[in-house]
Amino acid sequence: MARLIGGLGTSHIPAIGGAIHKGLQQDPYWKPFFDGFPPIRQWLHAQKPDVVVMFYNDHGLNFFLDKMPTFAVGAAPQYHNADEGWGIPTLPPFAGEVDLSWHLINHLIDQEFDVVTCQEMLVDHACTLPLKLFWPEGDCPVTVVPVCINTVQFPLPSAKRCYALGRAVGEAIQRWDSGKKVAVIASGGLSHQLDGERAGFINKAFDLQFVESLATNPEWATQFSVHELVEKTGTQGVELLMWLAMRGALAAAAPGVRRVHGNYHIPISNTATAVLALEAVA
Amino acid sequence: MTTATLPPIAGTTPFDGAQARKGYALNKMCFSFNDEANRQAFVADEEAYMRQYGLNEAQAAAIRARNVLQLIAAGGNAYYLAKFAGIFKLDMQDIGAQQTGMTKEQFKAKLVAAGR
Repeated sequence: MARLIGGLGTSHIPAIGGAIHKGLQQDPYWKPFFDGFPPIRQWLHAQKPDVVVMFYNDHGLNFFLDKMPTFAVGAAPQYHNADEGWGIPTLPPFAGEVDLSWHLINHLIDQEFDVVTCQEMLVDHACTLPLKLFWPEGDCPVTVVPVCINTVQFPLPSAKRCYALGRAVGEAIQRWDSGKKVAVIASGGLSHQLDGERAGFINKAFDLQFVESLATNPEWATQFSVHELVEKTGTQGVELLMWLAMRGALAAAAPGVRRVHGNYHIPISNTATAVLALEAVA
Repeated sequence: MTTATLPPIAGTTPFDGAQARKGYALNKMCFSFNDEANRQAFVADEEAYMRQYGLNEAQAAAIRARNVLQLIAAGGNAYYLAKFAGIFKLDMQDIGAQQTGMTKEQFKAKLVAAGR
């Protein structure tokens, strides 16, 4: 059977794509963000996952308001990035893992998560940037199954529901008839708000408590409604739903986690950024 | 519960069904700006492009004014509006400064202060 080895989380601000393209990783503005990654890359280099399941939110590249799925699972052999309208470089396509996609879809629907399935799916910066951040050199060494969670149009799925979705994904990975090693990634957050008079809202105290809870009390944030999460973390800070899904997957696969490395930095663009790696511990 | 029955969050407009209905044409136009050819067509003839997407007068006025708070009031969603802002090379600090009535430097200082 396949093995879920751990979970990763990272912010995905579009400007990161520009910074990578321009080689600004050691620039004083960017260094405190990029310096969070080398210890995690070392761990990944040692662990060598073959496949990642990426929990992310589309920002209006693949999905528009004409059809807005709450949960969508990619089932494509290849995922293309494309022009998002604000000038960040378009990345080459990423390879899918179609067998795992359909295994996930079958298990999720069996568990009453009635997901949308996508045999073609453009992936935006939220799906591509984590791959470039964790594997910056050369071709991406992992195949990908994108799982898109709606954070565009309310009502959004609850924190509790996203955690449960993650659990079902973790169960499916552990039951996948394959010798491959799988990691789950959460792309998004942490606290930030782009729109309205409250633009620029950041909540460091909540973010730090949330990141701590992922190691010690993983269901802590599921007590909050989406409305409460928006109030506490901003309209886009609600992307922490991805982190809960990632942590739910780990909870299904292993009784414990070991914190490999983490980093938290304010600000990049308008965002409180975080990166984290948790190893599944039997 | 719909967002209309929840306690309001100051300075925040959750993009719910009411906003999504109101802003559909505006957001559809902004979604089209994923394509360079559409961005160019908008720049070449803004009024014709807005008519093509059927924007109402409040939406068209907010587009002409490049005013983000007015665009949100007219049903705009942050993610699609960002594509409109991209045409003018405005970044998120430009937009944040405009919405909060600050200079860009003041807005950036506010972000840095949030990290202390």
